[in-house]
Amino acid sequence: MLASLLIVFREVLEAGLVVGIVFAATEGIAGRTRWIAAGIAAGAAGASLLALFAGALSNALSGEGQEYFNAAVMLAAVLMLGWHHLWMADHGRELAKQLKTLGSEINAGRASLMAMSIVVALAILREGSEVVLFLYGIVAASTDGPVALFLGGIGGLALGAAVSFALYRGLVAIPTKRLFQVTGVLLTLLAAGLAGQAFATLAQVGAVPTLGDEIWNTAWLLRDDTLIGRALHVITGYTDRPSGIQLLAYGVTLAAFVVGGKLMHRAHERRNRPILKEPSNEHA
Amino acid sequence: MRPSAFPKVLFSSAVAVGLGFAGQALAQAPLQLSVQNHHFTPAVITAPAGQRFMIQVHNLDGTPEEFESYDFKVEKIMAPHASIIVPVGALKPGNYAFFGDYNPTLAKGVLRVTPGGH
Repeated sequence: MLASLLIVFREVLEAGLVVGIVFAATEGIAGRTRWIAAGIAAGAAGASLLALFAGALSNALSGEGQEYFNAAVMLAAVLMLGWHHLWMADHGRELAKQLKTLGSEINAGRASLMAMSIVVALAILREGSEVVLFLYGIVAASTDGPVALFLGGIGGLALGAAVSFALYRGLVAIPTKRLFQVTGVLLTLLAAGLAGQAFATLAQVGAVPTLGDEIWNTAWLLRDDTLIGRALHVITGYTDRPSGIQLLAYGVTLAAFVVGGKLMHRAHERRNRPILKEPSNEHA
Repeated sequence: MRPSAFPKVLFSSAVAVGLGFAGQALAQAPLQLSVQNHHFTPAVITAPAGQRFMIQVHNLDGTPEEFESYDFKVEKIMAPHASIIVPVGALKPGNYAFFGDYNPTLAKGVLRVTPGGH
């Protein structure tokens, strides 16, 4: 029972950390609970379907269907995160200001909410199918006390959800002015980590070169198979033995988010600059 | 070319191509591993250091399993009674643990990477 609790807890936590961060990142936006709940439901439904066709998917594309599918899911999430990131660079400051002064929910950012909803759905799709398969395995092998194992699984689900909720509460305790800055950094790291992992997966099936199988090894410091290692893996993309392509994808995504956000923010400032006087100080 | 010679030519080229592929497949024949009753057989497999290779895992159980290793970064789901092939990157000599993620206490094995591959 404890074993199944731990396994389900780990998988739920991986998706749950994403859900917790997304909840915090959309704090104060009207309708966000509905959108994110829809994302969770869609992800869970998709995960069940995916588990059903796991065998077929695995055999697809000469046995590499699973890898291509996972990479596609991760890269789609990166795109959605990018969209949200640019939108926040444009509107984030107003959002924080309104949230602080009005203290009520803001009717804005339908598109960004949709992006966040998809990110949640994709995270649950990816991790959830593993949970479904695991629980199915328990039920199928009905010899070794399936009830206790199943209860353990439910316990793991509840525990994972509880930790995700705690993360959300911890994040929204951050003063409103800083909240979106913090979630912005978290979502950027999340996107970079996903991009890195997607390319590591593609390299594994030989779709892209690895550019070095193991650039460094920090397993002595923090192993991937520890709970902290796994949590850091989800949030920041940490891995103890990164490949070259993984680091490259990570770096490129990180740079794209930072530069893209800066450019968007600057364009926003220029657009909304109050015209007090003519710009006459042109020292060429 | 006379019409009657054509099948012969076709056949011999097919044989040549077939042999070529066989030779290639032999040079990189995947390491074999099976999981039954949630245990890996063999529990220890050996591979040479510094070159990429494949591991073929056969799931003989009626339940799904995930072949996973943190040490050589593999994570792949196996449907019941299905086989998978996973590529493994060039590794340094040493012992690399792998496990079945759905039965981690039972399904455990070690990949031993040695300079000579023995």
